[in-house]
Amino acid sequence: MMVATTAFYVFAAITIAAAFMVIAARNPVHSVLYLILAFFNAAALFVLIGAEFLAMILVIVYVGAVAVLFMFVVMMLDINFTELREGVLQYLPIGALVGVILVVEVLLVVGGIAVGPLSPDVAAAPAPMSSDVENTRALGQLLYTQYIYFFQIAGLILLVAMIGAIVLTLRQREGVRKQSIAAQNARTREDAVELVDIKPGSGI
Amino acid sequence: MPVGLEHYLTVAAILFTLGVFGIFLNRKNVIIILMSIELMLLSVNINLVAFSVFLQDMVGQIFAMLVLTVAAGEAAIGLAILVVYFRNRGSIEVEDINMMKG
Repeated sequence: MMVATTAFYVFAAITIAAAFMVIAARNPVHSVLYLILAFFNAAALFVLIGAEFLAMILVIVYVGAVAVLFMFVVMMLDINFTELREGVLQYLPIGALVGVILVVEVLLVVGGIAVGPLSPDVAAAPAPMSSDVENTRALGQLLYTQYIYFFQIAGLILLVAMIGAIVLTLRQREGVRKQSIAAQNARTREDAVELVDIKPGSGI
Repeated sequence: MPVGLEHYLTVAAILFTLGVFGIFLNRKNVIIILMSIELMLLSVNINLVAFSVFLQDMVGQIFAMLVLTVAAGEAAIGLAILVVYFRNRGSIEVEDINMMKG
């Protein structure tokens, strides 16, 4: 129990510190790296709480796909990042004020709630957890049966996102020479080679 | 002191605030704003999973998966728009995004 508590505090502290560095780092490449660190430690928090499947999804999807996509875009765009940092101090006081008020309010709300033993409503919930089924299996049993439409909607969202990203970034450039394999294969000897009779002493 | 629901909610609240603060702080850099949105979605996921575990109800984790899906799609579309915008204007400053005069 002691180990779990210590681990929670370590992972939570690293997550929050990394999240702060995401917004405070001068170089966006460093921001992306800190974002990866934050996601890793959030995944560790998920493992601690017993949601292993979501932790793995977080590492694979966020660290493996989203963060790498961010890194790709940051490095692909040729931007003068020092110019973008201008005016940060201008918004610092009002931002800090709003942030402090927000976190104090949310913490007051969190400190005020108390989750007691299961209420009858929750106990009658459609998907209670059982301790003898592991997390991944329980999630799959629920997702592929009762929430199958939910699953398909998620797939549809990803499809729309994929098509949207392709449509947005695909461009037909003028004047680019591309190999046309079909045209090459369709060429015959007749339209490629022509024999010309030339009389001696005259040009073509 | 065992780790309870409040601890996870506190972490999520601080993360969410940092996300909001990041949008305030980096008013010019769209990439950092997108990363701040990712942080806020992560904090929402922590909330959902924490409530799911402490209330013994798996539905919260299923909903967290939908949030993850939407976050991945949002990042893809957002970055695609960013690339197209940079190609057209040569800048990603938020203050330059006023062509449509909305």
